[in-house]
Amino acid sequence: MEGASAVGLPCDIVASPIELERLIAAVRTDACGAVVAFLGVVREFADDDRAVDGLSYEAYPEMALPELQAIAAEASQRFGEARVAVVHRTGALALGDASVAVAVASKHRAVAFDACEYVIDELKRRVPIWKKEHYRDGEASWRANAGGSPARA
Amino acid sequence: MTVLAFARIREVIGASSATLELPEGATAASLWRELAERHPELVPLESSTRLARNGALVERGAVLSDGDEIGVMPPFGGG
Repeated sequence: MEGASAVGLPCDIVASPIELERLIAAVRTDACGAVVAFLGVVREFADDDRAVDGLSYEAYPEMALPELQAIAAEASQRFGEARVAVVHRTGALALGDASVAVAVASKHRAVAFDACEYVIDELKRRVPIWKKEHYRDGEASWRANAGGSPARA
Repeated sequence: MTVLAFARIREVIGASSATLELPEGATAASLWRELAERHPELVPLESSTRLARNGALVERGAVLSDGDEIGVMPPFGGG
């Protein structure tokens, strides 16, 4: 898999654990006074309070990666040339594992916060990745994002 | 053409990919009808399912070609 945005920063879908430090190191430069990082992690209770054992994610990589690259480029353009890195993990994840990481560096913090929020919001809406919750009672169900199923294209 | 099925739709179909032979001029809608005929459990999923042709979303009226790869995608859940 390619794994880089148009400006050469990490932008990838991976099967291995996410290394946030590597993303932060990639985006920061001496010109940036702010670095904002977001980590999405597997939590113990689902929205309906069911006890969760773990999650599994699958992607349509040939479509998901270009969409992720497009979102990173948009965020950079909309928010003052922010430097953006984003990685989503697939496969089986345990409680506490990171499923997604976004790191943004910019001159000032407001832009970095805005760009980081833009990336995760658009990722949830536009990138073809799916999540299945596995519950402690042995059952499992696919969970969709709010806005993850707009009117058909 | 090749059908790629994901998540719940993959489970319903029982495979992550399948080959479908459709007549000349077949649309994305006719591909969906063909799938739903073979797997009636797909019928209630129609309004929430999106189709992609070679990695780009397509409307149901789009005419498909023989070599197309069609992604059949339930609502996204990344993040």
